[in-house]
Amino acid sequence: MYINAGFIGEIEVGVFELLVEIRWHSRGGQGGWTASNLAALAASYEGKYVQSFPAFGPERSGAPIMAFTRISDEPVEIHSMVYNPDIVVVLDYTLLSPSILSGLKQGGIIITNYTGSEEQVFSSLGIKKGDYRVVLIPASKLALEVLKSKITNTAMLAGIVKIGVVKIESVEKAISERFSKPVAEKNILLVRRALEEAREV
Amino acid sequence: MSRLQLVPKYPREKQVMMNLNGDEAIAYAAKQSYVDVVAAYPITPQTIIVEKYSEFVANGEVHTEFVPVESEHSAMSACVGAAAAGARAFTATSSQGLALMVEILYIASGLRLPIVLAVVNRALSAPINIHNDHSDAYLMRDSGWIMLFAENVQEAYDTTIQAFKIAEHPEVQLPTSVHIDGFFLSHTLENIYTLPDEAVYEFLGGPRKIPKVRVDYFGEEVDYVLNPARPLSFGNLALYDYYFEMKIPQLIAINKALDVIKQVNEEWYELTGRRYGNGLVDPYMVEDADIVIVAMGSGAGTIRSVVKKYRERGLKIGLLRVRSYRPFPHSDIRNLLRNTKLVVVMDRAIGPGQYGALYLDIASTLYHERSRPILVDYVYGLGGRDLSPDMVSTMINQLVKDLERGYIPEEERLRFLGVRG
Repeated sequence: MYINAGFIGEIEVGVFELLVEIRWHSRGGQGGWTASNLAALAASYEGKYVQSFPAFGPERSGAPIMAFTRISDEPVEIHSMVYNPDIVVVLDYTLLSPSILSGLKQGGIIITNYTGSEEQVFSSLGIKKGDYRVVLIPASKLALEVLKSKITNTAMLAGIVKIGVVKIESVEKAISERFSKPVAEKNILLVRRALEEAREV
Repeated sequence: MSRLQLVPKYPREKQVMMNLNGDEAIAYAAKQSYVDVVAAYPITPQTIIVEKYSEFVANGEVHTEFVPVESEHSAMSACVGAAAAGARAFTATSSQGLALMVEILYIASGLRLPIVLAVVNRALSAPINIHNDHSDAYLMRDSGWIMLFAENVQEAYDTTIQAFKIAEHPEVQLPTSVHIDGFFLSHTLENIYTLPDEAVYEFLGGPRKIPKVRVDYFGEEVDYVLNPARPLSFGNLALYDYYFEMKIPQLIAINKALDVIKQVNEEWYELTGRRYGNGLVDPYMVEDADIVIVAMGSGAGTIRSVVKKYRERGLKIGLLRVRSYRPFPHSDIRNLLRNTKLVVVMDRAIGPGQYGALYLDIASTLYHERSRPILVDYVYGLGGRDLSPDMVSTMINQLVKDLERGYIPEEERLRFLGVRG
């Protein structure tokens, strides 16, 4: 799908100041849409109006995919894709590149799965420290420890907790609703660990 | 002066918040609507409705007889049979499935069977495409069905329940379709408020009521239902002797639906606190507007969010969302657009060799006005092409220029939004 509406016309109005819009980047099979749904569920428990959907297209395992979450105090009217997110979440660090920043608002936030040094993240994204707020979560490492698998979608929810979009209790409730008890318990543990280790750089 | 605030019978605290996508919301609404028979065949992007409903059946949560048919033609045929036998029947489809169903759609309306059909709007082939536009909906526009378009997931849920009540109204007795935009609503999760089962049961007055028909010269009234104890024939041959006369009551019934849709919208408001304009049209800031955009479906929400921004800047612009596409609410639209200077119709499908279908409807509505607005047709969003807020604002900026110029040349009356080349 077309992230960049360049061929359609120049950007002339900023439409949604009241909304928080999140774009999730992952690969098919990594649970990016599930993460988006869980974020929406969590926010809905806090009395918000929510919307969550994938970038519609054929689903191919391993191919880059996007999902979108909208969270608002008012009913969400808009039904287009998210073009100017407030927050970008990257579940798979091999996807880190300047194109991830497409349309990200000024002062926007990047939350990424990453274990290495912050300088490497800045250089992969082609930005300088201070250009955007950046939150690093060693999600792959933690997921391997806690879940014994590389599924990072729940761990990355810690990022939106860290920056204050939703509360940890709401995320835990969403996970409990979505998964069976043993799976939910492990994932809740994972989110808590991820929240402890998440750091803004 | 204080205004009386209506307290709905089921205020929000008595409703249940659920996180559902559009397909799931429709399946859940059908489940609560005490449906007797569901005959359906899966097709993207409607699939989740059928999956969900068959799950309800497998879990024993509903009394419904689920018929897994071999095609959409059979799905509607089974619904016709079921409805003729007195059942409340429901099915769902999209695009090619709807195209295959069309033959039986006319039979359902001609036989006056109040079937409810969810149409998850998707482009028709070729080229093959699974994404949203309204070409499938336009295909069925003359089939005699009542056609209602929802803007969001909440409205998809609400409208599905309302559809049974509208279809089964004693003076209507016509099949009704509920339209949601494929993927934009069908696969988009939103948090919505649902009623408890008993509230829906009560709203619909329990199971389907069978109407009476007069069957002979002695004025005998019998149930309009297939019943071996009192046999009736359905779908008889009527040639130039009676066909014409049998079509007129169908027209009267669908026009009667204009009142019934409004009435059901108000009843729903008293029950839930939610309503959609007057049920037929859902206007936003139309009264004093110089420019009004007319649209249907999920795109209307995106347009409204941009219209709000332009209103804040002082542009007199409004949105008129058509909720009831058939019957078409001519008088409501005429009253709302009477003083508008420029009316923009947004069609999410082309009408090859002609303007878009919604444009034609609006044009025929406005023709009889003494001073007619300038009228222009924008075709957008074919095959799932996203309608972005930027596209809407690009269009509005053009409209402001058109308004200043005061006319639109004939060769520009059909425009395309968001197409390359």
